[in-house]
Amino acid sequence: MNSTLFDAYVADEKKIEPKDWMPDAYRKTLVRQISQHAHSEVVGMLPEANWISRAPSLKRKAILMAKVQDEAGHGLYLYSAAETLGVERDDLYLDLLEGKAKYSSIFNYPTQNWADIGAIGWLVDGAAIMNQVPLCKCSYGPYARAMVRVCKEESFHQRQGFQIMLVMTEGSAEQKAMAQDAMNRWWWPALMMFGPPDGDSPNSAQSMKWNIKRFSNDELRQKFVDMTVPQAELIGLTVPDADLKWNEQTGHYDFGEIDWSEFKRVIKGGGPCNVERLAACNKAWNDGAWVRQAATAYAEKKSSNATR
Amino acid sequence: MSKDQFEYVLRAGDDALILGQQLGLLTGHGPVIEEDIALTNIGLDQIGQARAWLSLAGRLEHAASSELTLRDEDALTFLRDAPEFCNCLLVERPNGDFGDTIARQFLYDNYAVLWLEAMTASSNDEMAGIAAKSVKEARYHLQHSSRWVLRLGDGTTESHSRMQASLGRMWPYVNELFDVDELTTRAASEGWGVDPSKLRSAWDAGVNAVLAEATLSRPDDDFSMRGGRTGSHTEAFGFMLAEMQFLQRAYPDCNW
Ligand SMILES: [Fe+2]
Ligand SMILES: [Fe+2]
Repeated sequence: MNSTLFDAYVADEKKIEPKDWMPDAYRKTLVRQISQHAHSEVVGMLPEANWISRAPSLKRKAILMAKVQDEAGHGLYLYSAAETLGVERDDLYLDLLEGKAKYSSIFNYPTQNWADIGAIGWLVDGAAIMNQVPLCKCSYGPYARAMVRVCKEESFHQRQGFQIMLVMTEGSAEQKAMAQDAMNRWWWPALMMFGPPDGDSPNSAQSMKWNIKRFSNDELRQKFVDMTVPQAELIGLTVPDADLKWNEQTGHYDFGEIDWSEFKRVIKGGGPCNVERLAACNKAWNDGAWVRQAATAYAEKKSSNATR
Repeated sequence: MSKDQFEYVLRAGDDALILGQQLGLLTGHGPVIEEDIALTNIGLDQIGQARAWLSLAGRLEHAASSELTLRDEDALTFLRDAPEFCNCLLVERPNGDFGDTIARQFLYDNYAVLWLEAMTASSNDEMAGIAAKSVKEARYHLQHSSRWVLRLGDGTTESHSRMQASLGRMWPYVNELFDVDELTTRAASEGWGVDPSKLRSAWDAGVNAVLAEATLSRPDDDFSMRGGRTGSHTEAFGFMLAEMQFLQRAYPDCNW
């Protein structure tokens, strides 16, 4: 394969596989995007794991543990997909630990009450699905296939999250207040998950051309708002946006200005939990060093015994 | 008889519940992602077993004295105080480092497999049924923890000494698993329960074999800690309950 063939292949909706020739910039873009995605899955375990020990019923505890475990699995599929591009998982992970790699800024917000677990499933996994479903058709085969598996599980997560919110909005006044409080705190960060506005998203055009991206950030954000607002109404939650209203002419919801300065601040490390999240990842990694070394040493002993 | 059965099944439910609660604390903090997934999975199995045993316990209690309101799995989990919990002390030992977590799991898994296998022959169909389903999970847990005992024991010098130290910290909590009391005696003689002392030699054989292969020495039986089965728990236990029960206590009578 060469440059011309590659372009034709992608335009033809054919999949690029690891052994195929690909432009350096395509490879780099994919490594960056897939590894950021993997890191997001892994860091994303932390805010939700924060409530496993306090889940209010055994059923909810089990569902939450299974969900967080799924996210770890997503991280694994994605690191494997990244490795097909010639990078090592540990190197990618070390970049995360050293604060050199990005992950989704949504996970730098705290989970303050139990309804946050509902809001994350409903809104954050919901937004992730919007972003990820088009990726199932991404031009890079291993990424597309990883996304198919991931998306199936994400839709479970979204339904389970909505279910938590539904039960709480039907519950006591305090439960309703928790649900609304969670809605207030997670709504805007969820909208930010689609990335900067189209006018301010320099790499988007190239990613679209490569069939890595299918819809623009603003298109996906609009889809998410249009889908989610009626769900909020259904369970009696108020979307914390005074400018939100249905627009007959466009057939979409108009919504208020996103505070992009907050988005930039959180990405740069100034979110409420950036420090804690990285510290937790580093602690687990450092505390586990002797365990990983032991596993390696043991495996080497066994394989040298076997060949002797 | 149902009251005996309630108390007996409650022990199994509490063992699984407390171990599951502890493993849940580790989710997201494992030494490597694969192990994070594995420990969470084991924790999930424990919570699943706890739900089965505790639901059955609630029904047995209700059958014994129908004037009591039926306590479901959540009532038994979230609305009992420490003296009413009758798990063995081993499962309430803190997670500690990875070696402690594995030592606790390994010693417990060896017991759980034997106890559950014996319980599949219970004359009580429901108990036998839960045991039959759980024993498959327990065998996988044992395989997992045994592999880690081997890797850590026979890995590096550091891992060897850490694993040895972890075993030493957990060892005093082993004997309680095999204690016979009036309840286990009646349970065994009536055919629906197990005499735990009968499991000891098989436990010793299984544990000794893995420890030997792992180049670890079996700790001495200097002290034995007891009291879990009669509701006398360690200092950390109250904090664990406070955390686990917080929402149900702060907002009683809610659906979640
Ligand atoms: Fe995920
Ligand atoms: Fe998810």
